[in-house]
Amino acid sequence: MIVQGLVFYLFAAITVASAVMVISARNPVHSVLFLILAFCNAAGLFVLMGAEFLAMILVVVYVGAVAVLFLFVVMMLDVDLVEMRQGFLQYLPIGGLIGLILLVELIMVFGAWITSPEAGAVASVPILPPDQVSNVEALGRVLYTKYIYLFQASGLILLVAMVGAIVLTLRRREGVHRQSISAQVSLKREDAIEIKKVPSRSGV
Amino acid sequence: MALLERGAYGFWLGELVGGMALTLRYFFKRKVTLNYPYEKGPLSPRFRGEHALRRYPNGEERCIACKLCEAVCPAQAITIEAEPRGDGSRRTTRYDIDMTKCIYCGFCQEACPVDAIVEGPNFEFATETREEMYYNKEKLLDNGDRWEAEIAQNLELDAPYR
Amino acid sequence: MAEPWVLELWEGYALPGVIIVAQILAITAPLLFFVAYLTYAERKVIAAMHLRKGPNVVGPFGLLQPIADAVKLLFKETIVPAGASPVIFLMAPMLTFILALIGWAVIPFGAGLVLADINVGILYLFAISSLGVYGVIMAGWASNSKYPFLGALRSAAQMVSYEVSMGFVIITVLLCVGSLNLSDIVLAQQGDYGMFGWFWLPLLPMFIVFFISTLAETNRTPFDLPEGESELVAGFFLEYSSFPFALFFLGEYANMILMSAMTTILFLGGWLPIVDIAPFNWIPGPIWFAGKIAVVLFVFLWVRATFPRYRYDQLMRLGWKVFLPLSLFWVVATAGFLIAFDLVPNT
Repeated sequence: MIVQGLVFYLFAAITVASAVMVISARNPVHSVLFLILAFCNAAGLFVLMGAEFLAMILVVVYVGAVAVLFLFVVMMLDVDLVEMRQGFLQYLPIGGLIGLILLVELIMVFGAWITSPEAGAVASVPILPPDQVSNVEALGRVLYTKYIYLFQASGLILLVAMVGAIVLTLRRREGVHRQSISAQVSLKREDAIEIKKVPSRSGV
Repeated sequence: MALLERGAYGFWLGELVGGMALTLRYFFKRKVTLNYPYEKGPLSPRFRGEHALRRYPNGEERCIACKLCEAVCPAQAITIEAEPRGDGSRRTTRYDIDMTKCIYCGFCQEACPVDAIVEGPNFEFATETREEMYYNKEKLLDNGDRWEAEIAQNLELDAPYR
Repeated sequence: MAEPWVLELWEGYALPGVIIVAQILAITAPLLFFVAYLTYAERKVIAAMHLRKGPNVVGPFGLLQPIADAVKLLFKETIVPAGASPVIFLMAPMLTFILALIGWAVIPFGAGLVLADINVGILYLFAISSLGVYGVIMAGWASNSKYPFLGALRSAAQMVSYEVSMGFVIITVLLCVGSLNLSDIVLAQQGDYGMFGWFWLPLLPMFIVFFISTLAETNRTPFDLPEGESELVAGFFLEYSSFPFALFFLGEYANMILMSAMTTILFLGGWLPIVDIAPFNWIPGPIWFAGKIAVVLFVFLWVRATFPRYRYDQLMRLGWKVFLPLSLFWVVATAGFLIAFDLVPNT
């Protein structure tokens, strides 16, 4: 138990520290790298809680795909830090407001433990105890039975977003030569060339 | 029908499988590598390698300092200085070839009326410094003495075609 | 007699720790040996397909060539370019190498022969392989040089694209197995039909898609655009020298072996013998496993000797327009088939 506790504090400390570095690092690429470190440590925390499926999904989805695209974009941006710092303070009120709202919400969430201790029990009712089913199965049961409509709806929303992005960027330009690989591959000798016997002193 | 055939061929990755079958056949073929420092390929008698100045069988150097090679050299790699020797014959006092300039065209050996300057069969004369590539008369005569047997044979073999 | 808490500390933590370290060494040391000889095998196989002999000077049949290469790399100077960001620059090869090694923690070498038999083994492997792109991106960015940067961008896009279809292929296999545990995946392929009961035959299109995706994932020809020497000099590791370069090199080849192991487990029946009859099942499981990995690796090298490099738009077309719909369709088809014939495992 001691070792587990130590590992928890290690992961937690690194998560918090790298989260702080995400917003305080001067170089945006460093920020993203710290974000990735935070994700990985959060995955470690999930593992400690016995939610290894969530941990792996976190790594696959957030670190393996989302953060790569972040990094991809941030690397290509030529960010001028001096220009960015100008007028930085004018966003302070709205940023502070959002932070305050988040803080209040967090306090309300954690306060629920004290004000109504049974709230946590309600949330975990549909899930079978962890020693009977693996958490993959438990998650699947909840997701595909109780929350199936929400699950499908979120899938549809993502699909709509994807289709929208493609529609916005896809355009057929005139006068652009396109490659049709199947046409190229299936081209036969007879279709492409013609051999003619040309008698001398007379054209084709 | 052709379309169907084409589609089936594509579905079973016909092109890829065919390509891989070809490389697999080559995998088992006899290898053509020559282990170079230990094995060497054949050289033609006309091969133009390192230069050499030859001597007559009695030990007299052939070069008569006519400077035709110096004149014909397209890279201007040859430098010759000459004056009469004690016995009255005309000989070179200096015969330098800058091997870093030489393009191994063989014009010098074509131009030579007495077969004195020749390009021998040796091609392994790499050096570690540029200075070593500036050949003087002594070095060239030395080469001639060392490679005389091969050079003479090559000249003899090539003679019918000249 | 020692104090009880010392004894508890020894038996509870120190002894298991020592055992785990010993196990890790028992896996990594042979692995590094195989990585070294994979480079040798690659040079020999490709040479043979080019009608050459390949390395044959250092030691008998050139067998000491990998060691000579390693010694040469170690004695070179580590150069960090002036414009590079040194920490990330040096972290990138380490990350690549570490990621290539930690994947082996969950690989079952035989029945019960696995370091960490975790429930979500296949997801762990998938996560590790998806992290591999960071070594490349960090190297490309930290080098602060145009060719490495272009290599890193290509690699990022390529690996993300092919991971998608790889994920679907894994899901297809999982549908047939009903477990995320790697040992269960192997055992699910055990049956009366020997090698024809392994998943490569019933899921043949997925097997091919998976194999081609692993080629793209490990940046091997014909998908080696991130390091395409004819256009990007050496791609993302252009600025590396000496030991960091060696780490990239080792990491890349260890990754190849890891991906082959994954292919073996998912489609080629892991440690199972070809047919479960007398002369074949005397051979121990780990040897079957290593043999199958060797076969897959040979195909890796064979492909490299055969095919020219893809153009980048062709690569993206293959990933998104061919593999993604195909694997998506196959997931649905497999699920439908299993439901229709009531073959769903674990119900």
